[in-house]
Amino acid sequence: MFESVLITIATAATPLLIAAIGELVVERSGVLNLGVEGMMVMGAVTGFGVAITTGSPWLGVFAAILVGAAFALLFGFLTLTLVTNQVATGLALTLLGLGVSGMIGEAFIGLPGVKMSPWVIPVLSDIPLVGRFLFAQAPLFYISILLVIGVSYFLFSTRAGLTLRSVGDNHDSAHALGIRVIAVRYAAVMFGGACAGLAGAYLSLVYTPQWIENMTAGRGWIALALVVFASWRPWRVLAGAYLFGAVSIGQLHAQVIGVSVPSQLLSALPYVATIVVLVLISRNRRLTMVNTPACLGRPFVPAR
Amino acid sequence: MTEMGAGVDQLHEGEGGGLLDVRGLTKIFGALKACDAIDLSIGKGEIHALLGENGAGKSTLVKMLFGALEPAAGEIHWKGQPVAIHSPGAARHLGIGMVFQHFSLFEALTAAENIMLSLDEKTPILQVAERARELSKAYGLPLDPFAHVGDLSVGERQRIEIIRCLLQKPDLIILDEPTSVLTPQEADKLFETLETLRDEGKSILYISHRLEEVKRLCDRATVLRHGKVVAHCDPRQETAASLARMMVGDEVATVKRTGSVDAGGQALLEVRELSRPSANPFAVPLRKIDLLVRSGEVMGIAGVAGNGQGELFEALSGEALQQNAATIRIRDKDAGRLGISGRRLLGAAFVPEERLGHGAAPQMRLSENLFLSRHVTDAKALMGAFGTVRTGALAKAAARIVKVMDVRKSGEDPEASALSGGNLQKFIIGRELDRQPAVMVVNQPTWGVDAGAAARIRQALIDLARSGSAVLVISQDLDELFEMCDSVAVMHDGRLSAPMPIAEATFEKIGLLMGGATPERSELPEEAETA
Repeated sequence: MFESVLITIATAATPLLIAAIGELVVERSGVLNLGVEGMMVMGAVTGFGVAITTGSPWLGVFAAILVGAAFALLFGFLTLTLVTNQVATGLALTLLGLGVSGMIGEAFIGLPGVKMSPWVIPVLSDIPLVGRFLFAQAPLFYISILLVIGVSYFLFSTRAGLTLRSVGDNHDSAHALGIRVIAVRYAAVMFGGACAGLAGAYLSLVYTPQWIENMTAGRGWIALALVVFASWRPWRVLAGAYLFGAVSIGQLHAQVIGVSVPSQLLSALPYVATIVVLVLISRNRRLTMVNTPACLGRPFVPAR
Repeated sequence: MTEMGAGVDQLHEGEGGGLLDVRGLTKIFGALKACDAIDLSIGKGEIHALLGENGAGKSTLVKMLFGALEPAAGEIHWKGQPVAIHSPGAARHLGIGMVFQHFSLFEALTAAENIMLSLDEKTPILQVAERARELSKAYGLPLDPFAHVGDLSVGERQRIEIIRCLLQKPDLIILDEPTSVLTPQEADKLFETLETLRDEGKSILYISHRLEEVKRLCDRATVLRHGKVVAHCDPRQETAASLARMMVGDEVATVKRTGSVDAGGQALLEVRELSRPSANPFAVPLRKIDLLVRSGEVMGIAGVAGNGQGELFEALSGEALQQNAATIRIRDKDAGRLGISGRRLLGAAFVPEERLGHGAAPQMRLSENLFLSRHVTDAKALMGAFGTVRTGALAKAAARIVKVMDVRKSGEDPEASALSGGNLQKFIIGRELDRQPAVMVVNQPTWGVDAGAAARIRQALIDLARSGSAVLVISQDLDELFEMCDSVAVMHDGRLSAPMPIAEATFEKIGLLMGGATPERSELPEEAETA
């Protein structure tokens, strides 16, 4: 029982984690991309479509990543090159993604999908209580954990990560130092898009291997909230994703047991938690200063 | 202080050419020729001064040399070769380093991380920290590599900038107003550093408005006025007055401190046992500060940056409230529990240290900024029925301030951020003076402001005091305090010394207090010796 709950929590948390870790990198570079939901749903429909056409879930995953990154590239072109408003463009990207995915996905409705088989690691997966949770999961689960480790290492232990953080903290100073602000942001935005696409593929290839219109169901927004919730720290994103995952699973279990908590209330919980965290972290100005990208959402136009 | 090494200096003079040669460099913004056919040459091992008033084109010129702006016309020759400097990165690659006036540091990063970002090579962070520490020791610029920049004072930030620049091993170092945030002792140290660098064969382009400094330190000078070169000269052959004349194109008004202060004048600002715990681990707590400023008096508060001046200003202005209302009294009324507007209504006025973002909203127009600071005190004059803004009255008031303070701006009502530092400061000070406040508290009135504007600001504050107001000036610039104050107190580690009449004060006495010595104990404490 305990282990199966853990596994369902992981299933709910993994797409949130993947999308949020990507958006964290984007925001650390000073760009606010509200189009996570749109990129995610595009990843879901592409992953599903390519997987059933080719029969290979891995090709589906690959295609989802590419489409997510391509959508992000469009966002980057608009906001970084043409300097459009990031908030409006991000919202438009979400609407566009939902619309286009619905159109493409019409042909896929009701079709049986291709489910990605889990990687069961022998011996380790036999460990009682946590063996199957940690060592008998879909490959994307392992990738999500590696992403957290990788992003954390990248941001805080590499020169490139330092450069990216500096761009998010003060793009004018970064420019004055000769850092190519726009190029760094393009790279970050596309990484975020790729992650969102991957998160979408997880939904349509692992979570529920079928296509349902609008199947992201607000997970992109939760991922966005999660980044703030985690105050832009990768490991806190991991913790937050499992917390939010647990809440959404808990809501299902509560219904089964017959506890009558309105489901809407539970669905709102991630956002309430985010607001509470925002209030708490803003009490400590120093903490906020060190972690919040000061240039978040601010357009960069170098004076020439 | 060390000797100037006059023998060596002779060699550098008149050599011309060599390291950097700039010919006919021009930059145009709209209708304004910010730089008009500038010629400049800097030899190897030379400290070259760039002089000029605000808006004379110094910053624009330097930005072109550092690749932050693209010249419209003209040539830059570096070591005899024509070069195009398209980016700051390209400039650094050539060997041109820059220490900015408005610091270009990343607040969320540590000192070492900031330094690392400007190094091209891939050095591990610990090694960077170690090298920074060594350099900081060698040049007498104490520095903690792992401190977050956001927690540091302006002076400390400048050290990071300088060390960052030195680590790049540049041939030419551009320094923009470097001493404006230093104590006299710190400035002396910096001059020693610069002289060492010169002796090592490095060249320095030194931008400053402190003419005595330029005379003491620089081998040659180029003077700009309205975007044109008006003179190349040897500053040591000139007097401060003749240099100022070249810069301004006219005689510079000197500040006159006329009349004596009536010792029995009415106490307008009174602070009794003001204590304040530090708001965060990096702020300085205030410890039992007593202060009394009388009508007609200008009192100065000296001190090294980061000794509680900012915290004191916040407590006085009402940005931070006191527990006990009687700790701060403005015109005999308890003001400790009043907010900023409440204290303004009592007749006080406040000018904070940061011009942009604190003293003025950068993206708002001057008239809007005027309204923001005076919508409570001058509600009748500036607001109509239902809280509408009387734009006519506002524009008239803004125009009056611009005229009185001689604020130079482009356009009718530009955004605050479009003004140069000195001109914006004149506007902000003028905005408060326009109300004829009974109590005026100013933090760093002329930080980074040129001689002409500074003289005007100081004179205006003295005149205000002589007309019967109490003026409190917090400043790190001792010249300024000696020029305008009737008495000076020194802030150190959150404590304020007893005020000293200006006639009894000397640079040395004040300098010792700034280093933490108490009057009874004249020897230097340990930290001041190692600093």
